[in-house]
Amino acid sequence: MTVTVSFVLNGEDVSVDVEPRTLLVEALRDRLRRTGTHVGCDTSQCGACVVHVDGRSVKSCSMLAVQAEGAEVVTIEGLAKGGRLHPMQEAFREHHGLQCGFCTPGMIMSALDLVSQNPDPDENQIRHWLEGNLCRCTGYQNIVRAIKAGAQAMRSA
Amino acid sequence: MAENGIGVAVRRKEDRRFITGAGRYTDDINRPDQLYAYILRSPLAHARINAIETAAALAAPGVVAVFTGADMAADGVGGLPCGWGVANKDGSPMVEPTHPCMVVDRVRYVGDQVATVLARTRAAAKDAAELIEVDYEELPSVTDIHSATADDAPLVWDEAPGNVCYDWAIGDARAVDAAFEKADRVVSIDVVNNRLIPNAMEPRAAIGEYDEATGDYTLYTTSQNPHVIRLLMGAYVLGIPEHKLRVVAPDVGGGFGSKIFHYAEEAIVTWAAKRVGRPVKWTADRSESFISDAHGRDHVSHAELALSDEGDFLALRVRTRANLGAYLSTFAPSVPTYLYATLLAGTYKTPAIYAEVKSVFTNTVPVDAYRGAGRPEASYLLERLVDKAARVTGIGPIELRRRNFIDPDSFPYQTPVALEYDTGDYDACLAKALEIADYAGFDRRRKESAERGKLRGIGIATYIEACGIAPSNVAGALGARAGLYEVGTIRVNPTGSVTVLTGSHSHGQGHETTFAQLVTEALGVDIDNVDVVHGDTAKIPFGMGTYGSRSLAVGGMALMAALDKVKAKSKKIAAHLLEASDEDIEFKDGKLTVAGTDRSVSFGEVALAAYVPHNYPLDILEPGLEETAFYDPKNFTFPAGCHIAEVEIDPDTGVTEVLNFVAADDFGRIVNPMIVEGQVHGGVVQGIGQALYEQCVYDPESGQLLTGSMMDYCMPKADNVPRLEVATNTTLCTHNALGVKGAGEAGAIGATPAVINAVVDALSGIGVDDVPIPATPERVWQAIRQAAA
Repeated sequence: MTVTVSFVLNGEDVSVDVEPRTLLVEALRDRLRRTGTHVGCDTSQCGACVVHVDGRSVKSCSMLAVQAEGAEVVTIEGLAKGGRLHPMQEAFREHHGLQCGFCTPGMIMSALDLVSQNPDPDENQIRHWLEGNLCRCTGYQNIVRAIKAGAQAMRSA
Repeated sequence: MAENGIGVAVRRKEDRRFITGAGRYTDDINRPDQLYAYILRSPLAHARINAIETAAALAAPGVVAVFTGADMAADGVGGLPCGWGVANKDGSPMVEPTHPCMVVDRVRYVGDQVATVLARTRAAAKDAAELIEVDYEELPSVTDIHSATADDAPLVWDEAPGNVCYDWAIGDARAVDAAFEKADRVVSIDVVNNRLIPNAMEPRAAIGEYDEATGDYTLYTTSQNPHVIRLLMGAYVLGIPEHKLRVVAPDVGGGFGSKIFHYAEEAIVTWAAKRVGRPVKWTADRSESFISDAHGRDHVSHAELALSDEGDFLALRVRTRANLGAYLSTFAPSVPTYLYATLLAGTYKTPAIYAEVKSVFTNTVPVDAYRGAGRPEASYLLERLVDKAARVTGIGPIELRRRNFIDPDSFPYQTPVALEYDTGDYDACLAKALEIADYAGFDRRRKESAERGKLRGIGIATYIEACGIAPSNVAGALGARAGLYEVGTIRVNPTGSVTVLTGSHSHGQGHETTFAQLVTEALGVDIDNVDVVHGDTAKIPFGMGTYGSRSLAVGGMALMAALDKVKAKSKKIAAHLLEASDEDIEFKDGKLTVAGTDRSVSFGEVALAAYVPHNYPLDILEPGLEETAFYDPKNFTFPAGCHIAEVEIDPDTGVTEVLNFVAADDFGRIVNPMIVEGQVHGGVVQGIGQALYEQCVYDPESGQLLTGSMMDYCMPKADNVPRLEVATNTTLCTHNALGVKGAGEAGAIGATPAVINAVVDALSGIGVDDVPIPATPERVWQAIRQAAA
């Protein structure tokens, strides 16, 4: 049995037939072929799958696709506009906030939700916020630096 | 220095695709008409299989095929090969059991492959696997080293009495015994090196594909070394000639060693793709990674250090038992032997060393190389022992180390355990670390903590590692069944841009940038006009891949050799164009000039002439400008350094907080300091993870993995670790032209002993002289309570 779910993905209307049990991340990756959102665990610890649903960060592995009906979903692919990187993306590149890149989309999407709530987070606030995002490469130091710089760039944008 | 050449913190060329979600990892790839594989794994640690009933699964919706080990055996599929043989003390070979891709009649660990379901969706394959009925007859199991080596322990393999794979030794036992007899003092220590689960963020995945019309196979896989997989799988497992097998390791989301090895799933999907005539895709769930990715470490050791009254190290004796798991993973035997015991001299001039290593089989996931591979185990043991000696003798951790450091003027230095160090300055790294850590101000900070009821400690570790593996003939003499050179091609395109083909593989290390920096430095080509290609056996020459911090020291040197050939040929072409002698041509900043004149051609003009050879010395020179070089290193490289950790412990809760961490490392010449710092950050946090958080736990009765998810296995998070201070002090490697040593593993090698030494230092004032690793709050709290009792 499948059901049709319709939502706005990165500003575009999409409709996709899924099983009721299909997770949002599975619909995004396997059905809509937006593979920038990653799956790093099966217990909702790692945060590689963070996307925005109606403006808030959500682990797309912990939400059913059908729950996204009518929602506005933004993934990492939706950030750069007209080939221009989002300031947070730019900050990750500038401050070497990524190595293998696998956790990066989730880190960036999570960081943007933090900044939307707290435009000028300090290092402790950033580290605490990232509790739900695991990285095995960077030791977090440059991710924290990147988020701080990204927030600053967004404030002055 | 070229604008984006050697020594510049060039921002990474590869980043754009990763930060925009356009990276292409194995699970991002989908092949037309593909099926999804789900692998049914053993739920038991040890059992005989009496029967496997697959009919119900095969009849389930969406299912196309169900295969078992019997199907693979009937097709003549071989076992997974082991790439390194280790001999026993008496010269006899190690026990080397078969390692089937799917078992036939006996499972040996929780996670062993039992059956594979192919279906049209992942969910359908997984659902159907639940319908497979396996008749297991459970057998007693062993999971830890102590029980595996106990009298009448259950046997993992009938052919391995006492569960021993090999009983190996290195060094001069007699010289060590003699030194101990004369010693003024002997300090000993028992240490466990905790078992770890690597947990690269990208779970392993593989897609197999077979083209009926051409007989060509393709395997996409999460590998650090696609050619090694092609060789092992093609030649030993599936019998596919190498020219008919392409292995692609696209973007790979971290490896840390765990993606070096040839895994069963790679062979299963490739074999199954031919059986069903459709591409077959498998991606591990994280829970599956925990029970199928090779684990790391897992040693139990006893070590004794003989000293003179003055604190001179006279001899070191080490007895280690290592857990290899149920089967021999690809390079498992080498890790507790040649990658471990050869490093037991550390940075010290200990004249006599003897180490015995007994490696055993257990009913656990195979254990193999994990970031550092043997060297963290050596460094942890040695630095804990040296710190204990410093405490017992009252000489102190700095003075005792300084007293025994190999002097900077005594290189090359032959250790008593096979290695010859080429260069280093260990005291310089120590001094730098002490200064940055404000070691002198520590007593004041300790008092401040005490006023708040907290216990503060500071811990030092000096380490050395052997990287840039390896001179092939040396490795071969020690049991390696592979060459360990690297290959690189510099392909200059007709319009002057450059395509670099490298056998190294980047899974986070930033090769696409670092290697491009080598090219821009050598040829003066703008870095935007250099692209690095790696990870596809159809595109690159036969390379050995990335592990053991070897990419720059071996892979980079192959590129340097190829660049030298390109420069030499370019000079000949320029000499012809300029009507001069090639000895008179100078190649600088992308220009080839007749020395002492203003007559020159650009490198781009030379490239064009090579491909449009109208005015070209065709009688003496081939057209084209593309050179390949294979580089076999002359020695290992020896990065070294000093790490200092400062911790604060809450005695009421046992919680340890790392307040400050300093790493002062000697990596030789640094090509991209930004990337090197990042490598250190990541390694140090993995090392802190081992010291305080990470612990693989098996239930001793049932053999079940108790830490089988990210909820149960504690990986360091951003708020568990401090901001790290990272510095370097450089001595150049003497046997490669770049002077580079490697930086990938150092953090994980130095950090663990530094943190535990700091914890012990914090607790030594209340009578604690040892803590188990990882020093979790509960264990620290217990240690404090026991000392008080």
